[in-house]
Amino acid sequence: MTLQEEQTIIEVAHPDLLREVDRLHADGYRLVQIGCTDVGGIYEINYSFDKGYHLKNLRLKVGPDTEVPSISGIYWGAFVYENEMHDLFGIPVSGINIDFKGTFIRTAKKYPFSVTRKGEDPCQNE
Amino acid sequence: MPERIIVPFGPQHPVLPEPIHIDLVLEDEKVVEAIPSIGYIHRGLEQLVQKREYPEFVYVAERICGICSFIHSLCYCQGIEKIMEIEVPDRARYLRTIWSEYSRLHSHLLWLGLFADSMGFENLFMRSWRLREKVLDVLEDTTGGRVIQGTCKVGGVRRDIGQEKLDEIHRGLESFEEECRDLGHVFLNDTTVKNRLRGLGVLSKAEAYDLGAVGPTARASGVEMDHRETGYAAYGDLGFKPVIETAGDCYARCAVRLREVHASIDLVRRAIEEMPEGPIDVKVRGTPEGEYFSRAEQPRGEVVYYLRGDGTKNLSRARIRTPTLTNIPSLVKMLPGVQLADVPVVVLSIDPCISCTER
Repeated sequence: MTLQEEQTIIEVAHPDLLREVDRLHADGYRLVQIGCTDVGGIYEINYSFDKGYHLKNLRLKVGPDTEVPSISGIYWGAFVYENEMHDLFGIPVSGINIDFKGTFIRTAKKYPFSVTRKGEDPCQNE
Repeated sequence: MPERIIVPFGPQHPVLPEPIHIDLVLEDEKVVEAIPSIGYIHRGLEQLVQKREYPEFVYVAERICGICSFIHSLCYCQGIEKIMEIEVPDRARYLRTIWSEYSRLHSHLLWLGLFADSMGFENLFMRSWRLREKVLDVLEDTTGGRVIQGTCKVGGVRRDIGQEKLDEIHRGLESFEEECRDLGHVFLNDTTVKNRLRGLGVLSKAEAYDLGAVGPTARASGVEMDHRETGYAAYGDLGFKPVIETAGDCYARCAVRLREVHASIDLVRRAIEEMPEGPIDVKVRGTPEGEYFSRAEQPRGEVVYYLRGDGTKNLSRARIRTPTLTNIPSLVKMLPGVQLADVPVVVLSIDPCISCTER
């Protein structure tokens, strides 16, 4: 028996992100994770939400220097993933409720998974 | 207004087997704010998928954690099997369930021991770990490894368990369950333990859900959520109901884990009784192309593997979201209002696994 679990992926535009996240929050979805993938020099950020074991993913595509708005104003616990995203990939995130400014994950090399900033160029959240 | 001081908790602390750092902002002896930070042992294992062939990455996934190692490999294999549309034989699904539940027993008994230690109850700590040894003996007997089993692979499992051994495990469950019941009796009824844990580090149901808490941390607050309900491996055949408590304090988190020990014993017993005959693996051909969010229930809660293959022998991405990472916001909410002396107990109550967090 193969696992049959409902999963959907919805692409969102940068300006629509907060509105879509807010809608899911109002619908009673739980934040599962935020994860980044490097796809040929641009980042694909998956915001995963769950309700009744239905996984809904909002997919945002951004360039390496594009600032992403924080969803921690809607999901308080999102600061963990957003600081991780910043510290490992070097993606600037604006408005995180608890912003560690690059010190949440203390890696020996800065932004180890970044396509443009690996080990150098500090990126500061605003 | 009392003066505020900051006391660093960790990264090295007697109750922490692994390093996590929390800055505790105190007013007298009371915590008013907690600021966590991690990254002392970050290994960047996710990036190894680009250097290891997809069947080899099972070994890496299993080494992310030394406690819930089997479930890491299971979740990874399940994701690859979904992408490649591989049907795993029934016997393999049942064997995976048995090893998953033994991993849970091993993890919960380890935690119970550490939790007793954090309260200064050394005798209870030793009793819990003595019982855990029996679980490790079964794992070693059936897989060859105490903490790293190496039995899960894409397409099934590597080793079978013979009928004679299954019968022996089944017979042993009765006395083991009795000993677990005695152990649970002390945890749940001892006056000192109750006084120490009740009303401590309370997390409401709404907070737990909104903060994304998972596993016993969420279930102790009344959130009915356990990924085994989706029926992966053999859970769909065996039937499963999550263990729920509602108080949301350290006592409730302890009670959930104790009751889950009995739920695991019951699942192992039924898996042995209903074990189907047949092969334990299928031949796997080709390379994965596509993406999938694979999820499984670890002892600490839901683990998520986002896997993406581009048709080559290496995956292009594996993003692993472990339960401790998502339970950190809940811990930050639990600590304010707690006395400094109770901080180790509250921190341990989420069963933090830093190896998982620092994958």
